Amino acid sequence: MRGVTRARGAACALAVALAAAGCGGGGPAGGAGGAVLSSSWGDPQNPLEPANTNEVQGGKVLDMIFRGLKKYDPRTGKATDMLAESIDTDDSRNFTIRVKRGWTFSDGEKVTARSFVDAWNYGASLKHHQKNAYFFGYVDGYDKVHPSSGTQTADTLSGLKVVDDHTFTVRLRQTFSGFPDTLGYAAFAPLPRVFFTHHAAWLAKPVGNGPYTVESYRKGSQMSLRKWAGYPGPDKARNGGVDLVVYTDNNTAYTDLLAGNLDLVDDVPAAQLKNVRSDLGDRYINAPAGIIQTFAFPYYDKAWSKPGAEKVRTGLSMAINRRQITETIFDRTRTPATDWTSPVLGADGGYRAGLCGRACSYDPAGARKLIKEGGGIPGGQVRITYNADTGSHKEWVDAVCNSINNALGDSKACVGNPVGTFADFRNRIGRHKMSGPFRAGWQMDYPLIQNFLQPLYYTDASSNDGMWSNRDFDRLVDQANAETDQARAVRLFQRAEEVVRDHMAAIPLWYQNGSAGYSERLSGVALNPFSVPVYNEIKVG
Amino acid sequence: MGRYVVRRLLQMVPVFVGATLLIFLMVNVMGDPVAGLCGERQCDPATAAQLRHEFGLDEPLWLQYATYMGNVFTGDFGTAFNGQPVTELMATAFPVTIRLTVVAVLFEVVVGVTLGVLTGLRRGRPVDTTVLLLTLVVISVPTFVTGLLLQLLLGVEWGWVRPSVSAEAPFGELIVPGLVLASVSLAYVTRLTRTSLAENRRSDYVRTAVAKGLPRHRVVTRHLLRNSLIPVVTFIGTDIGALMGGAIVTERIFNIHGVGYQLYQGILRQNSQTVVGFVTVLVLVFLVANLLVDLLYAVLDPRIRYA
Repeated sequence: MRGVTRARGAACALAVALAAAGCGGGGPAGGAGGAVLSSSWGDPQNPLEPANTNEVQGGKVLDMIFRGLKKYDPRTGKATDMLAESIDTDDSRNFTIRVKRGWTFSDGEKVTARSFVDAWNYGASLKHHQKNAYFFGYVDGYDKVHPSSGTQTADTLSGLKVVDDHTFTVRLRQTFSGFPDTLGYAAFAPLPRVFFTHHAAWLAKPVGNGPYTVESYRKGSQMSLRKWAGYPGPDKARNGGVDLVVYTDNNTAYTDLLAGNLDLVDDVPAAQLKNVRSDLGDRYINAPAGIIQTFAFPYYDKAWSKPGAEKVRTGLSMAINRRQITETIFDRTRTPATDWTSPVLGADGGYRAGLCGRACSYDPAGARKLIKEGGGIPGGQVRITYNADTGSHKEWVDAVCNSINNALGDSKACVGNPVGTFADFRNRIGRHKMSGPFRAGWQMDYPLIQNFLQPLYYTDASSNDGMWSNRDFDRLVDQANAETDQARAVRLFQRAEEVVRDHMAAIPLWYQNGSAGYSERLSGVALNPFSVPVYNEIKVG
Repeated sequence: MGRYVVRRLLQMVPVFVGATLLIFLMVNVMGDPVAGLCGERQCDPATAAQLRHEFGLDEPLWLQYATYMGNVFTGDFGTAFNGQPVTELMATAFPVTIRLTVVAVLFEVVVGVTLGVLTGLRRGRPVDTTVLLLTLVVISVPTFVTGLLLQLLLGVEWGWVRPSVSAEAPFGELIVPGLVLASVSLAYVTRLTRTSLAENRRSDYVRTAVAKGLPRHRVVTRHLLRNSLIPVVTFIGTDIGALMGGAIVTERIFNIHGVGYQLYQGILRQNSQTVVGFVTVLVLVFLVANLLVDLLYAVLDPRIRYA
C-alpha cells in the first residue's frame, strides 16, 4: 500500500515538473487537493458509529468524515455554527434548530432535520447499546428509550420533533443553557439513510458529510481517506487525503517518522521526549489539550469521607511537587494544575489559573500540619491505585509518592498500587473496591466548564467514580445550567469549583498537552483542543 | 504408523479441551471486560448490561464455556469488542505470522545448522571459538534490544530497510524481523548441532564410513549430519509453536499485525473471545508441530519405528 502511494507521489512530482499540473491523491479528489499524507493511528476500540466512539483514535476518523451542527474552532475551542443555521431558545429548555440548506452526504443524500433526529434516536436507544448514549440523557424521553434497568418502552425520544425538512425542535428534561455548545461532539453527528439500511456495509466503509471520504478501510491496519471534492463546507481539505496507518507501538511510529516512512505522529512516546527537539526541531508540537489528571478518592469508604478528611486530602495535595514532576518526568508536556478545568477553555470559558491557590502549591510544612490536624493518613499509608499497562503511569505515580514521602518525612507514607490492565482498573473502580486515592484522567467531550465539573462531581453523575456528593455544589451547578447568560453561568460554575476546592474532592495534578511530530513535507500542522491533528488544514509539499 | 498417528490425535482431544478451559478461566478471572470499554468513565448500567448480554457475559461461566466450545466446532470463534468476528481477525493475523515464522525457521535451519556443522567439524579452532562467543552474546541479549538496535541501524541510520512492516507484510519486509525473532533460537540450534555433531564424529559408524573410503562430504551429510539432527529437529519443531505465539515483542517493534499483536491487544482490552480463540489455534499448532516432529524421527533414524 505504502509503496503504491509513494510511487504515485513520485509520478505526481514528475507531472508537476513537466506540466505544472495539479496532482490528485487518487480517488474522488480528482484534480484538486494535492498529495496524500500518512499519519499514525491506533485500532479503534469500538465500531466506528458516532454515538459509539468514545476514544481519540475513532474520534480522529469521525472528525474527518463528519460535520455536526456545531464545530469547535481548532484554535480557540469555541463552538461555532457549522450545519446549524440557527439554534433558538427562550427558556434554555426548548430549542428550535434550523439546519443549513445545501449540505449533502458524500453519497449524494441531502442532510435534513431527519438525518439528525434519526441519528440521535439511534444513539439514545438502549437496544443499540451505544457507549455515548448518555449524551442524549438531557433530552426529554430518554428514560423511556434508555431506562436504567428493564426494557425500553419507546424507540424514539419524545423530546425530538421534526418540523419540516430543515427544522427540528428539542425539548430537554431540565434547563441546560450550554446545550447548543455540546452539539459539536461527534455523537450528535447526522447520519445518512444507508447507515440504517445497510449497517454492516456502512461500518466496513463509513459514509459521512465531512471534508474527507473513506476510500478503503482495512480493519486493524489502515484506513485511506481522500478529499471529498464536492464537500460544501468552508473547511475544505487542503491536501489530497490522509492514510491512517495502525501502529501497535508509538515508538515504532516515531522511528518510521525519523526514517521518512510516515508524515505525522500525533503521540510522541515518553521515552523520546528527551531527544524530540534535536530529532525534529520545530516540527514538534506541544500544545495544551483539554485533559486534566487528578487523584479521586473513595468517598464510599468512611476513612476518606469523615469530617476532617478534607484536611488530609488538601495536605496530600500540598505534598506533591507538581513542577518538579512535570519537568523531570514529562519534559514539560504537562503543566502543573492550578484549578479543576483546563487552559484550553480560556478565561471566558471558565478556566481560572490559581483557583486552587495554596492547596495546590508545594508546601511540605503546611502539608504535614494539615494532615496532622485532619487526624493523619487513614491506615497510616496512602495506596495510589493506577493501571500499569499504558501511559507511563508507573513513573509518575512513583514520583508523586516519592514527593509525598519526602514532604512528610516518612518513607512509607505513600506507595503505588498498580493494576495490570485498564479494564481491570475500571472494573475495580466500578465495583467500589478502592481503599485510597486512584488515578483519574478526564478528557473533555466538549470545551465547556460544565463538562469538567458536572460529570465528575455532581451527585451520582456518570463519571463520579468516588461517589462524592455535596449539596452546595449540586445547587450551584443546577443554577449555572439554568442561567441563560453565558458569563453568569461560568461564574456560577466557578463558584461550584470553589466548593470542590474547599473539600478537595479530587487532587488536581496537571493539565496534559497533546504532542505531535511531522515530516518536512508537511506544513500547517496543528492540534485541536482534543489533541487531534487538524487534518483538513495540513498542506503537503 | 497409522495407528500411532490416530493414538496421538486422540491424545490431543483432552489436551485441547483442558488447555482451552484453562485459558477461558484465566481470562475470566481478570474481571468484567465491559468495564474497560467506556474509557475513563463508568459505562451507564443499562448499556453495560446490554453489552454483557450481547457478548453472553451474563451467563454462568460453565454455560459460556459450553456455548463457546459448541460454536468453535462450527467454526464460529465469537466477535471481538470492535464488532469484528474473531475468525476475520485470524484470517488477517495468521498468514502474517506464518510468513514471519517461515522466515525465522529458515534462518534457524540454514544459518543455524550451517554454523553448527562448521563449528562441530572444527572444534577448538578460531572459527569455533568465535561463533561460540557470538552465540553467547546473542543468547544473553534480550530480543527487544536486538530488535530496536537493528531497526535503528538498518532502518534509520543507514536506511537499508523500512523500519516497520507494511500492512501486507510481504516476505521481503519480514527478513529483518524474522532474523530478530530467530536470533536466540538460531544460537541454540548452532550450539545443539555443534555438540551433537562433535559427539557423533567419534562414533563407530563414522569411523567405518571413513575407513570404507567414502568421500568426506558424503560422510558428513549422509551419515554424520542425519544422525546428529534429531535433537535439532526436536528443538525446531517445538520452537514453531513458541515462535508463533511468542512473537509479541518482535511484532510490536516492527509493527507487524500478526498473532502477537492481536493477543497483546486482546489481553489489554480483556477481549476474552480474541484471546481464547487465538490461543486455541496456537495450542493446535503446537500439538500438530509436535506430532510432526515425532514422525520426522522415524524418517531421520531408521532405528525408530512406530507401531
